[in-house]
Amino acid sequence: MIAGLRIVVLGLGLALALALFAGPVPAQVIDNPLADPAAEARARDISRTLRCLVCQNQSIEDSNAPLAQDLRQIVRERVQAGDDDEAVRRFLVARYGDWVLLRPPFRGATLMLWVGPVLILVAGGAVVALLYRRQRRQTAAPAPLSPEEAARLAALTGREQTPS
Amino acid sequence: MTTEPADKPEKIIRWSFILPIATFAALAAALGVGLTLNPREIPSALIEKPVPQFALPGLGERPEGLKTADLASGKPQLVNVFASWCVPCRVEHPMLMDLARRGVVINGINYKDDPGAATAWLKQDGDPFARIGADRQGRVSIDFGVYGVPETFVITGDGRIAYKHVGPLTEDAIKDKIVPLLGLK
Repeated sequence: MIAGLRIVVLGLGLALALALFAGPVPAQVIDNPLADPAAEARARDISRTLRCLVCQNQSIEDSNAPLAQDLRQIVRERVQAGDDDEAVRRFLVARYGDWVLLRPPFRGATLMLWVGPVLILVAGGAVVALLYRRQRRQTAAPAPLSPEEAARLAALTGREQTPS
Repeated sequence: MTTEPADKPEKIIRWSFILPIATFAALAAALGVGLTLNPREIPSALIEKPVPQFALPGLGERPEGLKTADLASGKPQLVNVFASWCVPCRVEHPMLMDLARRGVVINGINYKDDPGAATAWLKQDGDPFARIGADRQGRVSIDFGVYGVPETFVITGDGRIAYKHVGPLTEDAIKDKIVPLLGLK
């Protein structure tokens, strides 16, 4: 029983290890920083705005994926070649689409992304305000009792109604 | 204030029930569709665009290499980015062999591979490629927008990228997308 379990656990561990090492993992590339510290800092700033295509939720600056290292190197080359920040980003957008930008551009297809939250907030606020107002109107002070009603209430409760 | 029509508060209540439920249903439907999409699949920015300008050296005993002009031959072809170290490439390999047998021109881009290992693998498992370019730095693959091997491109006769498949080919992708674009039977 225990031996069987041990084999199962061993098998799972082996499968996990294989799964982890089966992916595309070529040799590590070591970054070659630019000689000019200002240019290197600018390249790093640009890299921080670019999304890693392999890890998806990391910037290429933060990612250890070999492709991210290649892309960092390309960013450095473009900076070295004199491209401004936007031109570097355009270079990568031409190959990988808006997807590589961690901050999506404002345009037709991304309109809902940018405006959607504000719209939802405004619509939600309007609904709340509307319901609040209706409720206030419904729970407004009732009309004062007519003399007949006051007399009937007095008869039922056995005491004079004090006007409130 | 008893002058309000009796049905009005009822109507408000009905709406205050329907609206949140309708909003929830719409949101659930949209997110439900989102769950069926594969977030790993990044749409190619190069669809309909001409193949990038490149010229790659050949692989081992096949020095002819692969360049942009090879891909505008007047007839649709495939470009397959592969590597001998890439496990999914071995999964799709029989499908490439099958396409090659059916007369499809398949061009290989050998991504960041050891030429010896690549040659040995193709010798052992079969070589479906009409031409092979060795992309040892991976730069040409980046120009193609490749972000993981394998990737397969359908190139039109005039050298434009018609379709990209990310990951190992599947029978469905071949049947539904690639074969029609290649104009096979």
